[in-house]
Amino acid sequence: MEEIKEKWTGAVNTVTVGATEKEGGTRKSTVTIGGETTLPFLHFEGSIPYRPALALDVLDNLPEEWPEVLKEPYRDVLDNPAQWAALCEEKYGADMICLRLKSLHPDWGDTAPERAAETVQAVLEATTIPLIIWGCDDPEKDNLALPLCAQAAAGENCLIGFATEDNYKTLAVACLADHHKIVAQSPIDINIAKQVNILISEMGYKPEDIVIDPNTGALGYGIEYTYSIMERIRLAALDGDRMMAMPIICDVGFDSWRTKEAKALKEQFPGWGDEGVRGPLWEAMTAVLLLQAGGDIVNLRHPMALEKVRKQIDALMGNGE
Amino acid sequence: MALTGLDIYKLLPKTNCGDCGSPTCLAFAMKLASKQTSLDECPHVSDEARAKLGSAAQPPIRLVTIGTGDRKVELGNETVLFRHEETFYHQTALAIRLKEDDPESESRVEDINKLRFVRVGEDISVDLVALTEESGDPEKYSAFVERCRANTNLALILVSGSPDCLKAALEKAGDTRPLIYAATAGNLEEMAGLARQYSCPLAVRGKGPEETARLADRIKEIGVEDLVLDTSPASLRDELTDQVIIRRQALKRHFRPLGYPTIAFTDPNTDKFSRALEASVFIAKYAAIVVTDLSEPEYILPLLTTRQNIYTDPQKPIQMEPKLYEVGNPDRSSPLLVTTNFSLTYFTVEGEVEASRIPAYLLIVDTEGTSVLTAWAADKFNAETITRALDESGVVEKLDHKNLVLPGYVAVLSGKLEDESGWKVLVGPKEASGIPKFLKAMKKRSA
Ligand code: B12
Ligand code: SF4
Repeated sequence: MEEIKEKWTGAVNTVTVGATEKEGGTRKSTVTIGGETTLPFLHFEGSIPYRPALALDVLDNLPEEWPEVLKEPYRDVLDNPAQWAALCEEKYGADMICLRLKSLHPDWGDTAPERAAETVQAVLEATTIPLIIWGCDDPEKDNLALPLCAQAAAGENCLIGFATEDNYKTLAVACLADHHKIVAQSPIDINIAKQVNILISEMGYKPEDIVIDPNTGALGYGIEYTYSIMERIRLAALDGDRMMAMPIICDVGFDSWRTKEAKALKEQFPGWGDEGVRGPLWEAMTAVLLLQAGGDIVNLRHPMALEKVRKQIDALMGNGE
Repeated sequence: MALTGLDIYKLLPKTNCGDCGSPTCLAFAMKLASKQTSLDECPHVSDEARAKLGSAAQPPIRLVTIGTGDRKVELGNETVLFRHEETFYHQTALAIRLKEDDPESESRVEDINKLRFVRVGEDISVDLVALTEESGDPEKYSAFVERCRANTNLALILVSGSPDCLKAALEKAGDTRPLIYAATAGNLEEMAGLARQYSCPLAVRGKGPEETARLADRIKEIGVEDLVLDTSPASLRDELTDQVIIRRQALKRHFRPLGYPTIAFTDPNTDKFSRALEASVFIAKYAAIVVTDLSEPEYILPLLTTRQNIYTDPQKPIQMEPKLYEVGNPDRSSPLLVTTNFSLTYFTVEGEVEASRIPAYLLIVDTEGTSVLTAWAADKFNAETITRALDESGVVEKLDHKNLVLPGYVAVLSGKLEDESGWKVLVGPKEASGIPKFLKAMKKRSA
């Protein structure tokens, strides 16, 4: 039998998030992702120098609509993002925190941009792991708040999202000024994904500092589209396309906990089984599938999902030979 | 999949005599690869080359069936490594393992029969039970197989290392075309003999792809061709590697000894949650059968959903005929809800309307099979397309009112839609799960 290895010419960019004291920040650890020269977990064919990183979401306003199964692990800290983030680090072992500034949104509190910056600061003080800062998805509010957040976190080498095709300049300038990494988001469209990367790069921002968010569809709700777009992005990177060579972030927790199958109670759907397993599994399975398509960072919500996804990563990175 | 011109060239005489009408063997090979000529045009090709080139016409991964009748399972015949290149065709069969010595096995058969769900209008269910011999006693094992068989019409996998036990079981269930698991280096002749005698598919278990290929080749020589491969990997990492190597060897190298569907087992020594995640990896990466001992619905529903998603044809979103649908028995005062013709959207909304127990009309607008927000963003779900759908459906004749409910995510369309259509627009909830509450409140208000 002849050996069968692909001869890839490209590699995924290596991106580090977080800065230790030596590097001008206050983090005790940093996270490095990317650098793959082959498809996910195919160690026989190329190198996979870094493990995918797992972040836990922290919201800056009370997530009343969350199902009980998801609220339970955070019961006492849901109204305090700093304590919440500390719990994610200390008790649940997240590699990173993804702070979601949801309360900025006109529909969800319309809070002041300055408050967002304060929250960023509080979370940084309460934790020692790298921080992802996630806007509220209202372009106007994000453009007001994210530059303040970038400033408040200067030196910490955060990952800040997100820039889109129609709205990238303000964030790119802020990330450039305060030396943060940037998330480039596109709506499950490979051409737009590339286009956003080009636009951001043309502003003088280094393409090597971009992370792609290809937009996540949850299991049962569009994951097949995300899965294939991610495979295509990764194949393009390995074929040497520098504008597709960015590592990929998947916003899994947000999307999978919106689905009915994750939220519904066993009382309502006896045939669907225990929601205490079903909800976290819906999230974890979405994550595990997207890791197979090339995910490098996954944002999660339930601590059990984090633990079990990490166990899969261990098995796939481990010395199987 | 066809051979490349270069693959074919290697098999030609390389004399460039020109008798085929092409100036060189290479030119002829290129034409042949693109199917513009026939191999018969070359009078000098050897028998051996003819046989090899002929076999290139066969599918690179053999189609294997297990079971008979309406629950038969088809495996293999895949043509691509990535679903976006075309599609995956024969979805991973999910098998649940039952052990002979487990007193609960027989009651579990009944539970397994019930593992059927409807998602997006499709029936999704478990396909196989894997009956594992543990006693070494042919009589006991065959009795176990017979009892399980009587209680399910799912296709079977007979799992045993003992040809005697398998023979006894095949006497009872051989007519259902079970998969025999498995031939190994030690028992290859006997197992292949059983597969021949009972015309059943046979699993081949070797250590790694190389040995598995050698065993498969030997079994093929004995005359058994419906094979399923198991490389007995030691870890999840090895399993993934082996699956990828087998698929690539079959598709890219046309390496026939690995041109068969594969079977993968979840690790019984890890926790259930992790087993479910492992199974999802096998579904994504190429296993034709996944065997697991999980049978609770909270594990099986996500797995069947994974399979449905990965095996969806990326070229055509599942879509509904755009028209007026009735949920329950609506009358002239019933509400009218509007949505798109993406199947996922339709069935999500329909399910919630049904759950509300309030009969209603559902107007499905042609958005070329896209979801509400996708269609809105692509300008396929707007005041004009909704108005056209309202007019064409004739729904106005069926109702005493002119109110319609619009999905909450496209509330911005309200004003323009009211102007364009002359209907009054009520903005519904964003998520379909809010529909029952919304419809009940609406009913109360009008009562
Ligand atoms: C999968 C997907 C796609 C797939 C298409 C899937 C399909 N068949 O529709 C692909 C990759 C092709 C795609 C393409 C595009 N997409 Co798209 N896509 C998604 C994604 C990930 C999931 C959509 C989905 O399947 N949802 C599930 C279904 C069931 O949801 P739904 O139809 O909205 O129904 C729910 C509710 O609306 C409600 N509901 C439905 N009907 C009704 C009716 C009533 C009366 C009520 C009360 C409620 C109700 O119930 C349902 C469940 O709660 C979303 C992002 C996301 N995570 O949600 C983006 C998203 C919808 N896409 C988006 C965009 C922009 C596009 C493109 C225009 C991008 C581009 N420029 O190419 C294209 C357009 C394609 C085209 N030209 O046709 C944007 C829309 C942005 C916006 N807010 O306007 C989104 C939100 C992503 C984003 N954040 O940017 N997309
Ligand atoms: S007839 Fe056969 S040997 Fe002669 S050139 Fe054509 S392919 Fe080559």
